[in-house]
Amino acid sequence: MNSKDRLNLAQWVMKMAKKYGADESAVSLTNRREVEIEYRNKQLDKVQESVQNSLNLSIYVDQKYSGHSTNDLRKESLESFIDEAVRSTRYLSKDEFRVLPDPSLYPKKTDRDLKILDRSYDQVDSQKRVKLAADIEAAAMATSDKIISTTSGYSDTIASSVKVHSNGFQGETTATQFWMGAEVTVDDGQGGRPEDWFYAGTRYIQDLPSPDEIGAWAAKRALRKIGQDKIESGKYTMLVENRSGSRLLGMMRFPMTARALQQKQSFLDGKLGQKIGSEKLTVIDEPFLEKGLASRYYDGEGIASNRRVLIDKGVFKTYLIDNYYGRKLGMTPNSGSTSNILLEYGDKSQDELIKDVDKGILIIGFIGGNSNSTTGDFSFGIMGLLVEKGQIVKPVNEMNISGNAMELWNKLVAVGNDPYPYSSQRLPTLMFEDINFSGI
Amino acid sequence: MKPSITRRDFIKRSSQTMIAAATIPYFLQSDPARALTIPDPDNMKLDDVYNHFGVTEAVIRDIMAEALSMGGDYCDVFFQHNIANTIGLEDKEVNRAYTDVGLGVGIRVLNGDQTGYSFTEELSPKAMKLAAKTAAAIANSSKKAPPQELKLHDTPSYYPIETPWEQVGIDQKIPFLQKINDKVFAMDSSVIKSNVWFINETSTNLIATSEGRVVFDYQPMGMIYVTCTAEQKGQRESNSFNLAGRRGIEFFTPANIDRLASEAVGRTVALFEAVKPEAGEMPVVLAAGSSGILLHEAIGHGMEADFNRKKVSIFSDKINKPVAESFVTIVDDGTNPNIRGSLNVDDEANDTEKTYLVENGILKSYLHDRISAQFYKVKPTGNGRRESFRHSIQPRMRNTYMENGPHTKEEIIANVKKGLYAETFTNGEVYIGAGDFTFYVKSGYLIEEGKITKPVKDVNIIGNGPEVLKDIIMVGNDMKMAEGGWTCGKNGQGVPVSMGLPTVLVSKITVGGVS
Repeated sequence: MNSKDRLNLAQWVMKMAKKYGADESAVSLTNRREVEIEYRNKQLDKVQESVQNSLNLSIYVDQKYSGHSTNDLRKESLESFIDEAVRSTRYLSKDEFRVLPDPSLYPKKTDRDLKILDRSYDQVDSQKRVKLAADIEAAAMATSDKIISTTSGYSDTIASSVKVHSNGFQGETTATQFWMGAEVTVDDGQGGRPEDWFYAGTRYIQDLPSPDEIGAWAAKRALRKIGQDKIESGKYTMLVENRSGSRLLGMMRFPMTARALQQKQSFLDGKLGQKIGSEKLTVIDEPFLEKGLASRYYDGEGIASNRRVLIDKGVFKTYLIDNYYGRKLGMTPNSGSTSNILLEYGDKSQDELIKDVDKGILIIGFIGGNSNSTTGDFSFGIMGLLVEKGQIVKPVNEMNISGNAMELWNKLVAVGNDPYPYSSQRLPTLMFEDINFSGI
Repeated sequence: MKPSITRRDFIKRSSQTMIAAATIPYFLQSDPARALTIPDPDNMKLDDVYNHFGVTEAVIRDIMAEALSMGGDYCDVFFQHNIANTIGLEDKEVNRAYTDVGLGVGIRVLNGDQTGYSFTEELSPKAMKLAAKTAAAIANSSKKAPPQELKLHDTPSYYPIETPWEQVGIDQKIPFLQKINDKVFAMDSSVIKSNVWFINETSTNLIATSEGRVVFDYQPMGMIYVTCTAEQKGQRESNSFNLAGRRGIEFFTPANIDRLASEAVGRTVALFEAVKPEAGEMPVVLAAGSSGILLHEAIGHGMEADFNRKKVSIFSDKINKPVAESFVTIVDDGTNPNIRGSLNVDDEANDTEKTYLVENGILKSYLHDRISAQFYKVKPTGNGRRESFRHSIQPRMRNTYMENGPHTKEEIIANVKKGLYAETFTNGEVYIGAGDFTFYVKSGYLIEEGKITKPVKDVNIIGNGPEVLKDIIMVGNDMKMAEGGWTCGKNGQGVPVSMGLPTVLVSKITVGGVS
């Protein structure tokens, strides 16, 4: 399906929704092509290739709302699907807050190029994909004879979508993503088989690290876990490596939404304009980052993207306000979701931060755990490296950290200069004081 | 697509956040006669299912011949039509509804233990042959294994329901939500918000293999999910409760509706008094029921045979060795009536069964799919599962539980001087090779001097699989299955599962808390 076919079909769906009785509707249509390869033991383990479609339809009938999706795009199936969708919606209760966003919130025409489409995508062939995966495996295996198994992988995706609203919105995007990496398992000589992984994802294939680097990094990460053990419970300085910090920042995401606020499930209720973290904490939602994995011109509701400072030197600046809950609360919508997250970073590298630690744990991964959006309480499992007198001394595991999100961010004492490039959450290394670790 | 990380397997209790966040919910029938036609599940015949997908045996064999044209050893085709509906109540009104429909066929070709996979959403012979050709390319030899004539393989019926979901109109479901909401607000004056979700899903599957087996299955699922937020003296707490299974609407009896409301409220207001335990190792008593999450994480994933075939599981060299006390028997079972993880047939057309992971303390069997069963030269155990036609097969759990032991709940609690009684859970995760696993305790109690005392909330538990199995020192005689809607994630694929446990004492395990 080309771009014109997609737009025509989306507009036809909107027309049908009107025909069967919907007052307003929003339609998005996405085609996605994916290729995924897994490689192990010097041969292909799995190859998966597919093309898929999805149609999402939101309808507003007599102030009643419902949402529908299907992958069956035959017009005869769609017509009865839409008819049925409208009929069912009539059974629901009226909800005066369910309307399409005000057109003033939609994006203006722009020449801005977010660089999310790699035009060389078509030149990537299956030989190249297999070679990349094979090279990663070989690089990892060459690192050490303690490696039991390496599974390397490569995948790429191209996705094109159109979005139309009956009150005037029309948008279109095409974007690519390339991912590759490996998972490595090593023999610790004691019956344990510690594992770790390294995967990098980018918008342009040329920006991926080399297979040699990826293989070596994944292997090094697994090897440094040999000998891991739990240590004494207590309060430690906590360093969190750049790729892991999003788990901690993620605790704030739902509580920042208008939905959480309106449903009284937010520990950030009443905290706007107040200090919720230390001066070191500045968090920015940046939709216009070139090549960003979450860069966008508009959000899922068609609301124009804007750069937002969410937390400024510890002060909470804005809720994430979607159209529906914004109306319920009488607040102007500014998008209920986030795009790329940037943290204002400091001037020290991870190594320099480690040198400042007398007794602490550098977290290299979280395992399980959860947080309570209503109260801010959290508890997570961790894997890490014990730091004493500025030196990494040994790996630790099977420990938890626990506390409350409001206290945690006030304990942030330093931020590194190493934002993680292969994620939409570009966090640097973070350093916190006095964190509760439970072990022995 | 962000590649999923194989060994970071997790399990999640369904949450209202997750459901609402999905852009893709569900179908509603206002008028059953107009609904997407599904053959009547009670009288479904093979020809009805062929007709439903618009195929014949000849077309299927033609696709399989294409799939094997490059020399693959084996292929299978998996047709699926999935319909899911959600309706939601918020701020006292049933004011939102979602539908998702998925239709397609997945084609898998095996060449030794290599997999070629493709799928198409268009069920024309041309589109299906093109997908078959893509999957075929995993092989490259002149070897020919022509597909056999298809013979219907009979399957049992582990999840009979009274009325197929396609015949239940939205107007029949709305009153359940309103009733629950009214009860939630009537029960406690501190309740300030409640959400109720009614979710039903059905999947009609047709699987044919190049070895000549053809099966079909109609898989129903029903769930009601209630969340509650209460406020006392300026403090707020939220919690939830849900009931789920391969059930029809008849499952939501007045008694179950009452429980949905009373458990959601009771579990929320109990949190006002809750404290944090001390950090560190302590004895933990796991309450009967959803504490089976311990088994899912501590041993279940590690026994999935793909991890062992690749030698990346901590259980890789432990078959036939003692791993626990002799009163510990752990099974993974696909045959429990109407339970969420049950399967009449697995997703690669193999029969399901009750598989013993640990029998009287001895490690017995891995959980196999076709590839691993051939590797180990054993019979498949019926654990080959996939999220949908968009995904290839992996060995996965079904309902994982421990059989009854010699002790009573009272004896077990009385045995603990100072520890934790863990009762409800939200999620867990495991690293298969190191054996580290966690699960998150939403609520429970402290045990002091052999008695249950103060409530506790929001603590993570972390342990090592083989160590914790050894440390199970008492097992109760009160085995109970989990009642809620658990979804297990592996390699980016989610499948419904369940679990169960009698009351169990683990002598020591690390509990998150405060120092």
